[in-house]
Amino acid sequence: MTAEFLALTRVRESFPQAIIEYHSFRGDDTLVIRKEWLIPVMKLLKEEPDLDYRMLMDLAGVDYLPRQPRFEVVYNIYSLNRKSRLRVKVQVTEEDPEVESLVGLWTIANWMEREVWDMFGMRFPGHPDLKRILMYNGFEGHPLRKDYPITKRQPRIGPKE
Amino acid sequence: MVSFKDIWGGQIITTKLEDLVAWARKSSLFQYPFVTACCGMEYMAVACAHYDMARFGAEVPRWSPRQADLLWVVGTISHKIAPILKTIYDQMSEPKWVIAFGVCTCTGGFYDNYATVQGIDTIIPVDVYIPGCPPRPETILDGLIKLQKKISQQKQEL
Repeated sequence: MTAEFLALTRVRESFPQAIIEYHSFRGDDTLVIRKEWLIPVMKLLKEEPDLDYRMLMDLAGVDYLPRQPRFEVVYNIYSLNRKSRLRVKVQVTEEDPEVESLVGLWTIANWMEREVWDMFGMRFPGHPDLKRILMYNGFEGHPLRKDYPITKRQPRIGPKE
Repeated sequence: MVSFKDIWGGQIITTKLEDLVAWARKSSLFQYPFVTACCGMEYMAVACAHYDMARFGAEVPRWSPRQADLLWVVGTISHKIAPILKTIYDQMSEPKWVIAFGVCTCTGGFYDNYATVQGIDTIIPVDVYIPGCPPRPETILDGLIKLQKKISQQKQEL
């Protein structure tokens, strides 16, 4: 059964419309929120003293093709003082692949968001310099999308296929 | 009839200039290690005292391609780094040789994906392929000896 957890209670108090779903399994707490509420919710989780999720451990994209909405962005945050982890997800549609940038809250989000842009083609309005980080300039498409052809090669030099 | 042997006490040997140059070239390989991945650990193991590549004259790594004549390509080569590898190969002066070290360098290995060059011989010529993931130091020394054999049989540009 899904148990209540502190972050859920506090987010529900402050932003009752933000939560889509949640679950908690053996201390593995997850919140799925509406993406327009991402910044206020993350600010609350980071800055409230009793929540104190001050560390952004990871930020990743997921492609759930053919599910709708197709994409998700997953934020794993950690409270160093409380030794507590929380996973926050936002769902992103294929037509509007945009999520507000978190660089204003966590500087480390800069490179992670560039990676998600590079691999999945999601844009992050508010990001100071959203360009590819792993692939090279001139690479076409986003290779971790499920509809990127698995055998497609784009060599910069050498034989072209 | 007085022979060389009588005058110099057997201290002279005769050979062809080309053979002499080949012997010198194969026995003093100055290497440029282009190390991009985990195979680098095996390269270090071979270069260090236990396996001691210096026994074969390949002692000094040069960190400038212009001073090197043997390019070790050690580790996975992605499409992003491929132009850099090509530039370094072009910067080396003749005569030069290339060893593909590890299966990723030889064929791409199990990285059959969007990011990885499927064998560096699609970019630059390769003299010796050393397979393995990573290759054992003995395999690497075997590859080096094979390259020396190849050099001594090549036509030497003088």
